[in-house]
Amino acid sequence: MAYPKRLDGRKFNETREIEAKAGVIKRADGSAMFRIGKTVAYAAVYGPRNLYPKFLQNPREGIVRVNYAMMPFSSKGERVRPGPSRRSKEISMVTEKALLPVLHLEEFPNAVVDVFIELPQTDAGTRCAGICAASIALADAGIPMKDLVAAVSVGRVDEQVLVDLNYDEEAFDGKVADVPLAVVQRTGHISLLQMDGEIEKGQLINAIKLGQETLKKVFEAQKKALKEKYHTEGGEE
Amino acid sequence: MNRLKSQIIKGLEQSLRFDGRKPFDWRKIEVEYGISKNAEGSARVKFGDTEVFAGIKMSIGKPYPDRPEEGALMVDAELSPMSSPEFETGPPDIKAIELARVVDRGIREAKTIDMKKLCLEKGEKAWMISIDVVTINDAGNLLDASSLAALAALKNTKIPRLEGNEVKYGELTDEALPLTKEPIAVTVLKIGNHFIVDPLVEEEEAFEAKLTVTTTDGIICAMQKGGDGVLTVGDIEKMIDIGMKKAEEIRKHLKGSK
Amino acid sequence: MGEILVKNKDIVVPGEELASGMDFLPSFGTYRDKDKILASRLGLVSIDGKIIRIIPLSGKYNPRRGDTIIGKIEDVSYSGWRVDTNSAYPAMLSMKDATSEFIQRGSDLTQYFDLDDYVVAKIINVTSQKLIDLTTRGPGLRKLTGGRVIEVNTNKVPRIIGKQGSMVHMIKQATDCKIVVGQNGLLWILGEPKSELIAIEAIRKIENESHLSGLTERIKDFLEKATGRKIEEKMAEKGEQNGLS
Repeated sequence: MAYPKRLDGRKFNETREIEAKAGVIKRADGSAMFRIGKTVAYAAVYGPRNLYPKFLQNPREGIVRVNYAMMPFSSKGERVRPGPSRRSKEISMVTEKALLPVLHLEEFPNAVVDVFIELPQTDAGTRCAGICAASIALADAGIPMKDLVAAVSVGRVDEQVLVDLNYDEEAFDGKVADVPLAVVQRTGHISLLQMDGEIEKGQLINAIKLGQETLKKVFEAQKKALKEKYHTEGGEE
Repeated sequence: MNRLKSQIIKGLEQSLRFDGRKPFDWRKIEVEYGISKNAEGSARVKFGDTEVFAGIKMSIGKPYPDRPEEGALMVDAELSPMSSPEFETGPPDIKAIELARVVDRGIREAKTIDMKKLCLEKGEKAWMISIDVVTINDAGNLLDASSLAALAALKNTKIPRLEGNEVKYGELTDEALPLTKEPIAVTVLKIGNHFIVDPLVEEEEAFEAKLTVTTTDGIICAMQKGGDGVLTVGDIEKMIDIGMKKAEEIRKHLKGSK
Repeated sequence: MGEILVKNKDIVVPGEELASGMDFLPSFGTYRDKDKILASRLGLVSIDGKIIRIIPLSGKYNPRRGDTIIGKIEDVSYSGWRVDTNSAYPAMLSMKDATSEFIQRGSDLTQYFDLDDYVVAKIINVTSQKLIDLTTRGPGLRKLTGGRVIEVNTNKVPRIIGKQGSMVHMIKQATDCKIVVGQNGLLWILGEPKSELIAIEAIRKIENESHLSGLTERIKDFLEKATGRKIEEKMAEKGEQNGLS
């Protein structure tokens, strides 16, 4: 089936509406909410902090632990049974790998930076939204970082290369490829790349380039969220 | 007596708590409906900085054999590690289980939902309601906040369209759940000779005993005593009175459902 | 050749470009990537001649030798205590560094410091593996009794103390509270419950508004309104350097 126009009317290089806020969970050392369209992710960072059991400790530098989960009432369909699934464990792992390249953990031997990601509402692009939220939360927590990381899904529907596939597009009856992509801001280097579906090499490269370009908007939103937190604090209450 | 407890009592003798409140003052209460558009019903509740989400998911199942003409209700709670450095990942620990069960009893025993109206075919087909509470920020009193969030989420719920035996998620009818009561949980803490409500985290670390009283229409529908200390009958009477009075004030924040 | 791309006190995020060219020196919270200096922390830009650094707005305490901290006893062994430093790393306080009294081997150490006690201690050493040694022998170092302990953003401690202790002195003066400020973000306050609350509110105000100008004036106004007392700004006396009394 051809796909000349997007189901929700967006342009092919247009993401859904983005909303980002930092410092939303006071008890955490850093936190953020990141929304893209109807997908909402919360991230909380605790650390650097004590790490037990001891055998997990790395005497050279701190480690990062990511735990990703969908809240039971978050999905478009049935209730999601709480607890880690194979899918959520894999997402936790690739999220960790997406963030590691920018983190400076040498200052924290034997300690851990815990990142918890939970989503109250999902509509595709969940791991990408989680990475965006986690990146803001890590900066909010004062973790030394070379740069911010942002992520968005790219891919193709039929012959169209596009960004930020929503649930209906992922489920489209035709040739679909869903490519979650995470990128480091300044360099454009890629820290997460996965693919689900079928795609030709040329389309994939185009999709990635399109993603890198589109993510500039996401970085702006992340920066704004962090700076806004400190502009609204203080002054008139 | 430990330092924290004696500090708290020193303040309570002057009716002052660590955040300047008087013993029976509640923090600012916020109730927001529909925070998860994929849930059949959902709500966010804040008491000051304490924040919890609750969401409702409905499905079709077979009624329990001992109640063939009723739908079923299940309450689950997650003390999310996002919300406090004290919470860990993993299966629900006893604190989470207790919270879920106390919230459950409050709703179930108050007969908040007319379970008979949820039955579609006696002994065969009925609506199953799952209430899930997820804590977002622990600044004390997660229990009362969770109970209120669960109730608000129930009020926000619309029943999804049913096609034969298939639930058409995302296609909500205009039909709300058959709710008959609004049970409100109020936890009263005893510290020294003083009683307080809506505790802060430090107060939850220093109390002797507490009593959660869930009430509706002047009737007590659930209770739970907590803490390592004991209560006298006089204490319990006082705490029930406090619980009922505060429940009235809190219930006002549940106006509306959208 | 070089160019500064930001202003003093700008809020920057990790990865943000601060300067280009080789003229400038990257200091705390910044790093060099080829000919650019970039931020590696969320914080405020601070330019001092050719040196660019970031004053962090957040981040947990990083234990340093010489710091005076408030620690909580979390374990008692036969030769000393393990102390929670409000950081990722617990510290050791050994018997010999605890007091100038002679402690008999095998005596019950809880008489000196018991579980959950708070102490004002000084960090005497931090190894590369972040093993920390403390001492409570020295002026102002001691066990704290009574009072409230609150946690603040460790990065705001310098503003809470103020130049030569002037800010914390002003709060003490206005509220008649004893206050000890730990570099690790823990503060101890003792006074009348109402006064403790005013002192804490003032401290929270400093935490939230430290990056805005005119802070001292605003805190002075707040304290005068809250306590009904007039405050004379005067410099702290000697010995109040770390807000130890």
